[in-house]
Amino acid sequence: MSETATIAATAEPKNYLTNRHTIQSWLFTVDHKRIAILYLISLTVFFLLGGAAAALFRLDLMTPQADLLQSETYNKLFTMHGIVMIFFFLVPSIPAVMGNFLVPVMIGAKDVAFPRLNLLSWYVFMAGGLIALGAIISGGVDTGWTFYTPYSSMYANSHVILAVAGAFIAGFSSIMTALNFIVTIQKMRAPGLTWFRLPLFIWAMYATSLVVILGTPVVAITLVMIFIERFFQFGLFDPALGGDPVLFQHLFWFYSHPAVYIMILPSMGVISEIVSCFSRRRLYGYTFVAFSSLAIAVIGFFVWGHHMFVSSQSAYAGLIFSFLTFFVAIPTAIKILNWIMTMYKGSISFDTPMLYAYGFLGLFTIGGLTGLFLSTMATDIHLHDTYFVVAHFHYVMVGGGVMGFLGALHFWWPKMTGRMYPEGWAKFAAIVIFIGFNLTFFPQFQLGYHGMPRRYHTYAEEFQILHVMSTAGASVLGAGYLIMAAYLGWSLFKGKRASANPWDARGLEWETTSPPPTENFLSTPTVTQEAYAYDKPSVTHVPPEEKRV
Amino acid sequence: MSSHAHAHVAHHFESAEQQRQSAQLGMWIFLVTEVMFFGGLFAAYVVYRSLYPEAWVVGSHLLSIGLGGFNTAVLLASSLTMALAVHAAQTDKRNATAMWIVLTMVLGFVFLGVKVVEYAGKFEHHLVPGAHFHVDPMAELAKLEAAGVHVGQHLRHAFETANPSHVQLFYSLYFAMTGMHAVHMIIGAGLMIWLLANTLKGRYSSAYYNPVEVTGLYWHFVDIVWIFLFPMLYLIGRH
Repeated sequence: MSETATIAATAEPKNYLTNRHTIQSWLFTVDHKRIAILYLISLTVFFLLGGAAAALFRLDLMTPQADLLQSETYNKLFTMHGIVMIFFFLVPSIPAVMGNFLVPVMIGAKDVAFPRLNLLSWYVFMAGGLIALGAIISGGVDTGWTFYTPYSSMYANSHVILAVAGAFIAGFSSIMTALNFIVTIQKMRAPGLTWFRLPLFIWAMYATSLVVILGTPVVAITLVMIFIERFFQFGLFDPALGGDPVLFQHLFWFYSHPAVYIMILPSMGVISEIVSCFSRRRLYGYTFVAFSSLAIAVIGFFVWGHHMFVSSQSAYAGLIFSFLTFFVAIPTAIKILNWIMTMYKGSISFDTPMLYAYGFLGLFTIGGLTGLFLSTMATDIHLHDTYFVVAHFHYVMVGGGVMGFLGALHFWWPKMTGRMYPEGWAKFAAIVIFIGFNLTFFPQFQLGYHGMPRRYHTYAEEFQILHVMSTAGASVLGAGYLIMAAYLGWSLFKGKRASANPWDARGLEWETTSPPPTENFLSTPTVTQEAYAYDKPSVTHVPPEEKRV
Repeated sequence: MSSHAHAHVAHHFESAEQQRQSAQLGMWIFLVTEVMFFGGLFAAYVVYRSLYPEAWVVGSHLLSIGLGGFNTAVLLASSLTMALAVHAAQTDKRNATAMWIVLTMVLGFVFLGVKVVEYAGKFEHHLVPGAHFHVDPMAELAKLEAAGVHVGQHLRHAFETANPSHVQLFYSLYFAMTGMHAVHMIIGAGLMIWLLANTLKGRYSSAYYNPVEVTGLYWHFVDIVWIFLFPMLYLIGRH
């Protein structure tokens, strides 16, 4: 896996980054790889904003009293953290960045099916993001990211309409991306690339896209209904007219629970790629892993009621939702079993992407198992709306979603940028992030178990020690992210040149140059083997004079 | 595949057939999202109707079945003209394509015009939800009887027990659902203008007519939404 090499600058072939240099060539590009980079830059900014909000309220939570922030500001900060991190970071993260970059390359296509729609999706995303930021700058929103009625529709005095409009508009960008992926994967695979030769990342993107297509429009109309109620004063959920606020919760969670799978399925696809590559083994139980993605996508639509165990939903409905929630754990467990079986007797190396994969396995498993406590109706009554829930979904969405994203970023960084990052620093940052994350969120399980409610600004003194641990962890976590930002930024200019296939991985994306040319492959590749043929030598479509290995 | 056809194949597609199939699949997937989008409103309708059936009876009786029925006919006719536009494009009849597109658009505007008349009527009769909403079910019942409508036992019961706030809920949904449908009609009319401009420029032929075909799918979908809205809002409550 060592690469030497440099070719004289004059001889360097043009790739998607170097073929044109103007600002317009970026802002009006229809190249899926450049759009991925646009998304990466925008998402990094949103991640920093969401993180800054969390840093502020975590700092305030060091003491039981309110000393840094006023309660109103505190409410607005946790709302901002939720809205930004969910709608403007986690939901688009892997699909819009990694998916945009990789889906066409992995299937041997020149671009996605609708390149202009793809560019439009970025503009729509930015419009939604800026409108939501407008809501925050003009005074903020205090409803929580869930916008529960009737508070959001009738009583809140903050900028609900703007925030709702931002989330609504951003939803269209995920729909455009998902629509593009489904059509691209169905219609544009290279000759010989049958469904069961596809990388599991592609299966994961397909399943994710299905969830986006079926779920996002429902939250869109739900947000429109809040808008109608707030702007036109038409009571749709107004209890005074006989309207039902819990109906809002049903409609909201019909999207927002499957949205958890929008955030986690792509990560699972990433983990399949990484585990197989760094264990040098064909992925164990390929078809099971592929179909478990689809199973999660389908079953994930029938569990939303577990958010309403204590909001007047009938006990029988609760029983069914509880059962179905246990049920969705099965395909997830199948995946984890198969990843572990892949590693069994493999020759494992501990490169940075693999460290993130290990991080994912440990943290996501904790997140998943604590989910079972919450899907059990009896224990949920005790744990509902406490820090236990906060810890649970951060283990799933950060421990699962973000770890997968960071693993993907490190695994495909050489392919995207043509540069290697410093491995020592990268391993160090991965470990810092892992420790920081656990120190932040593990104490929150205990806080919740002992009865500390979520979203409270002040708390009883006996909780302070756990809150201090959590805040300390958050600073370690933040330091880990900053180290990563520093060495990744450094590597863009000073990093070693990457070869076409620095990990000796399998799959079409490693068969073209790093970074790929604008058209991905100089001629359409023909596929003769599956993406995990680690028992066979790697294939290359790079002309010999361009090989830099 | 003729060289003429290849002129329309975008750089990232291998063939005109792959491009056509992609366009169609893309539009069908978009229509799936539309079904789910309207589905949220339909779900709210189903929940509230099952809770307050008598208010739905009163609400339905205050809608104009004549205007609603007329609009249904207009939309069905527009689906026919749309289908004829696609057929004309497939068979290289440029003038006919333009004519059918114009007719489709005109029918769309007729629909929207009738909708404006209906909305104005609701506004006059204080049936727009909000502070000025006012409905007196007993007075409405008296009007029905005065108009010589046979009022059966169930109908009388519904008018006697309906809570005016629940009727307001019916009208919130009526405006949300038909309003959302009207927004889709306006977008459809805009698409017709775009199709017309491209038809007149000679962009479409039997070798390339994807935009006409997929816009047709969209138009039919918006039509079908109305085919559900009309009975649910105007008819069921009268039965």
